[in-house]
Parts: sequence; structure tokens; C-alpha cells
Amino acid sequence: MTLPRLGLITAALIAAAVVADYAVLLSGASAADLHDLATDTYLRRVVGFTFLQATLSATIAIAAAVPTTRALARQSAFPGRNLILQFCALPMVMPAVAAIFGIVAVYGRSGYVAELSGVFGSEWRPSIYGLTGILIAHVFFNLPLAIRLLLPAWSTVPGETWRLTAQLGMSSGQIFRLIELPLLRQYVPAALAFIFTLCFLSFAVVLTLGGGPRATTLEVAIYQALRLDVDLAQGGALAVLQTLACLVLVAIAWMTSRRLDFGRGTRLNTARFDGLSFGARLRDFITIVLAMGFVALPLAALVFDGLRGLFFTRQNLWSLLDAVAVTLTLGLPAGLLATVLAYPIAVAADRLRASNAATILIGIAGLAGIIASPMAIGAGITLALTGRIDLYAIAPAGVVAMNALLTLPFAVGVLRPAVARNHAQYDRLCAGLGIAGRDRFRVVEWPMLRPAIGLAFGLTTAASMGDLAAIALFGNQNLTNLTLLLYNQIAAYRMQTASGTALVLLALCLLSFVVIERAVGGRSRSLGLS
Amino acid sequence: MRFATRLVLAAGLIALAGAAPAADAPKLTVYTYSSFVAEWGPGPKVTPVFEQQCGCKVEWVAFGDGAGLLSKLKLEGDKSPADVVLGLDTSLTAEAAATGLIAPHGVDTGAVKLPIAWDDKNFVPFDYGYFAFMWDSEKLKTPPKSLADLAAGGDEPKILLEDPRTSTPGLGLMLWLKSVYGEKAADTWKGIAPKILTVSKSWDEAYGLFTKGEAPLVLSYTTSQAYHVMEEKTERYKALVFPEGNYMQVEVAGMLKTSQHPDLARQFLQFLVSKDFQMVIPTTNWMLPVTDGATPPEFAMAAPQPKKALLLPADEVAQHRAAWIKEWLQAVGQ
Repeated sequence: MTLPRLGLITAALIAAAVVADYAVLLSGASAADLHDLATDTYLRRVVGFTFLQATLSATIAIAAAVPTTRALARQSAFPGRNLILQFCALPMVMPAVAAIFGIVAVYGRSGYVAELSGVFGSEWRPSIYGLTGILIAHVFFNLPLAIRLLLPAWSTVPGETWRLTAQLGMSSGQIFRLIELPLLRQYVPAALAFIFTLCFLSFAVVLTLGGGPRATTLEVAIYQALRLDVDLAQGGALAVLQTLACLVLVAIAWMTSRRLDFGRGTRLNTARFDGLSFGARLRDFITIVLAMGFVALPLAALVFDGLRGLFFTRQNLWSLLDAVAVTLTLGLPAGLLATVLAYPIAVAADRLRASNAATILIGIAGLAGIIASPMAIGAGITLALTGRIDLYAIAPAGVVAMNALLTLPFAVGVLRPAVARNHAQYDRLCAGLGIAGRDRFRVVEWPMLRPAIGLAFGLTTAASMGDLAAIALFGNQNLTNLTLLLYNQIAAYRMQTASGTALVLLALCLLSFVVIERAVGGRSRSLGLS
Repeated sequence: MRFATRLVLAAGLIALAGAAPAADAPKLTVYTYSSFVAEWGPGPKVTPVFEQQCGCKVEWVAFGDGAGLLSKLKLEGDKSPADVVLGLDTSLTAEAAATGLIAPHGVDTGAVKLPIAWDDKNFVPFDYGYFAFMWDSEKLKTPPKSLADLAAGGDEPKILLEDPRTSTPGLGLMLWLKSVYGEKAADTWKGIAPKILTVSKSWDEAYGLFTKGEAPLVLSYTTSQAYHVMEEKTERYKALVFPEGNYMQVEVAGMLKTSQHPDLARQFLQFLVSKDFQMVIPTTNWMLPVTDGATPPEFAMAAPQPKKALLLPADEVAQHRAAWIKEWLQAVGQ
């Protein structure tokens, strides 16, 4: 079987699973139910608000990410640059409750900012509960992700191009307009759509920092329908509505994105010349520090709290170590599986470009994990499989599989452009030399794709390690990962111990990410995404 | 990629270990919420006691919270592998019973001493608590004296609440106001609305923000005070007892009609109201035991006794919940 066909079949199976899952939920729905939903004013407001906050969140995250990524791309010798890029994986692993505590510790009514204002004798206190809080949290979560999604764009520019810009004496502004802007038109729509969908499904953060029921997203309504009212028809209909809304947006993103081909270079590792002046360096430095400071402050607050918390952890060391082991044994295979599944899908996406049906199918499958409601997926699995499979006995395998599917979009998102670029560059050469199949993967694809594969594996592992949805669905008592442990500790009033656990989770995530990027991605920076 | 292969193998082995059949002893599957069987919860303490009594193995399966349990039951229907479900509360029992999945327990609940009479044939109560506002005495000098006081005047002091659509304490407060004010509950909500700092998804976020000093009042339980006094040795956080009364939450367990081990299930339910189980409840679940003589004196001292216990009939809650949530949404400003 050829790789694109394998990819297409994988994609078809994933898409079919999501559709079947929704069908199970909707099987009891009547046309009248759906009509009621369509005319419900409460629901309309919820949909409106969900769109508003997701649009604003994604736009701000990308707007902040573009100059930051540009600065990072330009200053390849920036001190601590690799570390900054690895830190970008951290918000992905973070449980919502930990992120809320971190953000509030900095920007809350008694946070550091408020204290600072008090030191200067001011009565002013920040008030973040409302749209502000939601946006702060979503930018905190997604700015680092956006940077990692956009940074590869710059590495597609051959070194010769940068030399040419210097020879032609192009200014920074001209470079931006003539080279970087077209480049961004290729990458930004996909990243924007990706982050929009993530924010669209956001739930705990939106309710808690949103200040009240005005801040209700569609996922809250789905949660209420499936969990409290156990109204499957309504929950299913809302989930379909949510998925369709995300799909429409993703489709718009695809249509507006432009393909851009710089042609083949000799992979010269040439620094660009417009970032060398003192003024440019200062500007880039300030941009990076501001953006990273915004993300780092809540993280630092968590680390600070966590260090104090670890002191309380001593008595609970075994449960902590146990959770570390569970987090690793579930997170790493899930990340690996997601990456292995994503590769043929990414290849298929490029090879089958001419066929519309295939493109749509692959697009849906590639994003299924973030456009499908986790609540609805969980309910559908329970409904379809109870009595057929002992879900609690297969819990570990189930959690790994479900996390692989939920994080698949991250892997596809990273691999797709890299694979496409490689194909554009080497297809003719390989055809001429008769290199195909396994040889081609070993000689051509693997050396070139290693950084992308490493990044995909790292991101999916990080996201899987922060899982709560899958582990809560399978409910096996012996499976407690760090995220679940953290929630259990909070439920038992152990806030201090919980902050220690959050710190361990962050450290483990960073460590895994660094090791994976090194081991899989290789050390070479010249080829790379970083 | 050798290490990756090894990881896959490790995961496979874990999966196999999970699937391996338990010992020959019969297995009782109990659904509960996750904090019940967490390290500090009652689960680890009571399991060995019961396993010794019954010569069986207790298999806990834990999901989220009480509402999560109900939805799990409804989704699984008569194919559920569960024998017992533990952790529903009185705002959900009528709906759980209406599924027709719960068998009458037939347990002698004579030892149960609740502030209200217990005559539910389907569910056995295993602990209870009173919802209360916790007050941070370092952040606020004078706490509100009553519900009416809480709903009166201005937008201070700030309050942290939970959402009734996603959290059982949130639902509890909604029922609390309904039981005190009836038709006029919405007016009281309108009075409280300007003081609400935020309405969080679950108790976890609200209580976390409270201990971080974001607001001086949070909706929790009277027994929260006992935790701070006994475990943290601090008097800073106090539970407020209101003259209108405090709303109760009774946590219950029931057995499923489809259980393969009905006798074991019944034995387990009987065990819940025994001294062995009840003694463990106060300092592990931080709730009140349902039988006399199980509360440590220190605990009784540290959790204030409400002036009046409020609880709406379960069927009334089931009947009106959806409408009341809509009313709540409108009153607090959807």
C-alpha cells in the first residue's frame, strides 16, 4: 500500500469515527428538537459570544506572535533562544486550573501587578474577570503555540534569498513587504484557524475568568446537555453545530491561504543581514522580552508557588512518583502514535491535492481532535461501546488512543507544510534517480524532516501529558496522571501540594520536550525549524 | 528509534496487566467521583476493611463529580458493568431513580440520623454537608450576617461562586435561594449579581481563587472550616451560618438492577452506614457522617452547626431544575 493511500484511509477512518460518534448521539433527535435549538435566543447569544471570544483571542495571539517570531527568526544568535522555543511547549501541558491560578497570581486582584500598584501608593487594582481575563488566558496558552507554528515559515526561505536582499540593499520594511508578508499569507491562515478552534472549545478558563454566565461558550452548553440534563439529542446537535462552525472557519482559512514556492536553494546557512544593526537588535530584543515576559510571568508564579508546594509534597512522594510514571507511560506512546498517524496523512494531503474530496476528508481528519467536542466524543464512546468492550480493562490503551486522536491536529499541522516543502524540492530529483519507498524515506525524507517530526512528537507528547478528558472518561482507579492528581489534591483542599504537582508536571513536560526534540529532531540547527 | 519501541512495549504490557483477570474472589464494581478514591479520600481507608468483611475485591471506577456519575449511568443504561454507584447527591437522586436502573436497597437505615427524615427506598445516604459561604477574616472585617445581607447594597464584598450548570455546589446555592425565597429568588439573585467576582466551572477553581485572596467570600461547605482548623491550624477561614438556614447536600449510594452481585452490593450499602465507614468520613471527605458518634469532637467544634437545615424534595428539584437554571441565567445577567 502506498503512503498517500494509507494516509487517506487513516483520515477516512478518523472522520468516520467522529461522524459515527455524533450519529450515535443524534439517533434519538427529532426535527422538532433541532428547530427548537435553532430558535433558542439563549443559544444564539452563546454562539455569538463563542465566536467573539475565539476570534479576538486568535487574532491577538497571532498579532503578537508575528513580530515575536520575526524577531526570533532574525536573531538566530539571541541568547537563550533555544530555551525560549522549548518553553513554548509548556502552556500546552498546563491544566486549565493551574493556568488560571498562574494568571491570577500575576494579574489578579491580589496578584503581583496589584501589589506593585500598592507599593506605589495607588489604589488601582487590575480587574481581569470578563473578556479581558479570557483574552489574557487564551493569549497565554496560544502565543507560544503560534510562535512554534509560524517559525518554520522563515526556514523555508533559502539562504540565497537573504544574500540577495543584502545585495539589493533592501530595508527591513521592504523585506517584510516583499518576502515575509507573502510568506505569512501562506502560514498565518492555518495557524489562525487552528488557534481559533482551540479557543472555540475552551471552557473552564472561559467560565472562571469570564466573570459569570455572560461568558458562556458552546462547550458549556454541550457539557450541561450531556452531563447534567443527559439530553443526548441536544448535546449531539450542539456538538455538530460546534464542529460545523469550526469547519467553516477552517475552510475559509484554506481558501485564503496562498501557496508560495521560493524554489530550491543549496541549503546555505546564511544569517539575514537586516537584523544586524543595533536598532534592529534592540527592537527585536524588546519584542521578544515583552512577548515572552507575558507568558513567563504566570509560569514563574507557578514555579515559585510550586517550589513552596514541593515542601508539602514530601509526605505524598509515592503518589507523585506514581503519577509521573503514568504520565510518561501514557503521554509518550500517545505522542508517538499521533506522530506516526500524522505522517501518512501529511503525505496524502500533499499528494492528493488535486482531489477535492480527498482534501476535505484529510482536512477534517487532521483537525478532528480539536474541532470535535471532547464531551460529545466521550459520551458517544460510552454509548456505543458499553456492553461490547470492557472499557475499564482497556483503559491504558484507550487513553493512549484517544489522546493520539485529540493531539493529531498538532502533528498534522506541523508535518504538513514540512512534507509539502520536501516534496516540492526533491520529487523530481528522486524520480530522476529512481529513489522511492523505504530508501526515499531513509535518505531524503528522514534527514530533512527530522526537526519537524521531532517538533510534532514533542508537541503531541506535551499535549497528551496534560490530558484530563481521556483519563476521566476511562475512569480506571489505578490510572492517575499528574493532571488528575492535581485536581484530586485541590478537591481535598491540598492547594499547596497541588502547586508542587503542577511544577513537577511543567518540569516533566519541558524535559520530555527537550529530550524528544534533541533525540528525534537532531542537533543540527541549520536545517531546522528552530 | 529503539526507545520508542520500548515505550510501545511498556504501554502494551500495562494494557495487558490492566486486562488480566483479578483473583478468584468476586469483584464488586463501584462507580464514584475521583476525589473519593484519591489518596486522601475515604476510598483507600475503607476498601481493605470491606474487602476483609466480604471476601471480595472492590473495583473502584472514578469519574469527575456527581453529575458525571449520573450521565455515565444514563449513557451506559442496562449494559453498565457497575454494581454500585456512590456519590450522587439529593439534587440528582430523583432523576437517577427515574432511569429505572436503580434497585431498592433493602438496607436497614435505622442508624441514620439526618436533620431530615430519610425514607428513600432507592438510595442509602453515606454523608452530608451544609453549603455555606466561607469568609476570609483577613480580607474582610465584617462578614454578611444573612442571605438578605449578602444580597443587599453595592458591589462589595466580592463573592466567588460556582456555575449551577456545571457544578453541584453551584446547583446547591441555586436551590438554597429557591428554598428560602421561592418565587422571589430571582430578586435576591439580582441583589447578589453585582458582588459576584466570577462564577467558576467547579468548586476547585472557586476555592483556589479564594485561598489566593482574590475574594473574601466563596461558596463552599461549613466543613471547610474544619479542614483549615484541623489540618492547617488556622482560624483565618470561617464558615458563615445564616439565620435563613443553610442548604443541605446529602450524598448517597445505590445498587443497580443489573448487578451481577446483588448480595455483595447490598452488603456494601449496609457497610456504608456502619461505624467502620462513618468514622472515616469526617477527616477524609470533609463531610458530616450520617450516624451518631462518628464525628471526632475536634471536628464537631470546628464546623459550625447551622441554625436550620434546608432541603427541597428531590422530585421537585428534578421537575423544575431546567426552568430554575434559566431563571438564574437571566437574573445574574446572561
